[in-house]
Amino acid sequence: MASETERKAEMPEGPAAAAVLAAGVGAFVLAALVVVVEFSAAVKKLLNWSEAVGPLSGKTGVAVLAWLVAWALLHNRYRRQDGNFGQAYTIALWLIAASIAAVMLLFPLVEL
Amino acid sequence: MDLSAYEVWGVIHGIVFGGLFLLAFAGGLAELWRFRPGFLTAEGVREGLGRLRWGTALMAGLSWLAVWSGTYVVYPSYRAPGPTSPKSILLADPGTALWHKLGMEWHEHVAWFAPILATTVAYLVFTYGPALAKKDHIRRAAMVLLIGAFVTAGIAGVLGALIAEATP
Repeated sequence: MASETERKAEMPEGPAAAAVLAAGVGAFVLAALVVVVEFSAAVKKLLNWSEAVGPLSGKTGVAVLAWLVAWALLHNRYRRQDGNFGQAYTIALWLIAASIAAVMLLFPLVEL
Repeated sequence: MDLSAYEVWGVIHGIVFGGLFLLAFAGGLAELWRFRPGFLTAEGVREGLGRLRWGTALMAGLSWLAVWSGTYVVYPSYRAPGPTSPKSILLADPGTALWHKLGMEWHEHVAWFAPILATTVAYLVFTYGPALAKKDHIRRAAMVLLIGAFVTAGIAGVLGALIAEATP
């Protein structure tokens, strides 16, 4: 166990930075699509991947794809780098918080 | 007592997948908290790491199952065309229409943040493992993301339960 601890402790923080930043990107894309679909019939139709589910299928499908692609690209970019976790985490937190807030605020503004 | 497929899947989606995810949260957060620097011995880290790995992987899996079953199994029945679907029934009465216009819109979208956040937490736990006890900023980030997953899943869960209650 000691060797695993030492080995893991020596791992650069780049993979962690890439993972949290990608989560922020995924959250942001989801929120952006939720907002855009409310105001664009064309995008709504475009994201209607499943008749049974409606545009929710496309919104969530694109967001998950964007998250995974962003994660792969960021991981490839940062996997050997160190010392960038704090900045990536701060950006990710802002993206996630703003995305959740946008989704929660949008529908009262649109529906009420 | 007759249960429709919609009701059975509603229970599986909300109580089995969603409920277990929410229940697992306290254990996952407590285990991450225990990994703070200087708190655990090497034996304690070894003992807790298995639980932490299994727990966060289980939470990630449950959150994906919850959003998948909710979106692709339960939601099509909820929004089916025709006057007898839950959506149509809620919208037909001005007193219950907001449960769809606000409640369901929030429920179906905010839930999708949870699996992204929970998967990220599981990745951090599996990638850094015992070193989380040394890399405190990554452990703290994992805790915050896990709380984010819990909050978004919790909002979705409460709304889902209230919508089910409001639907005649």
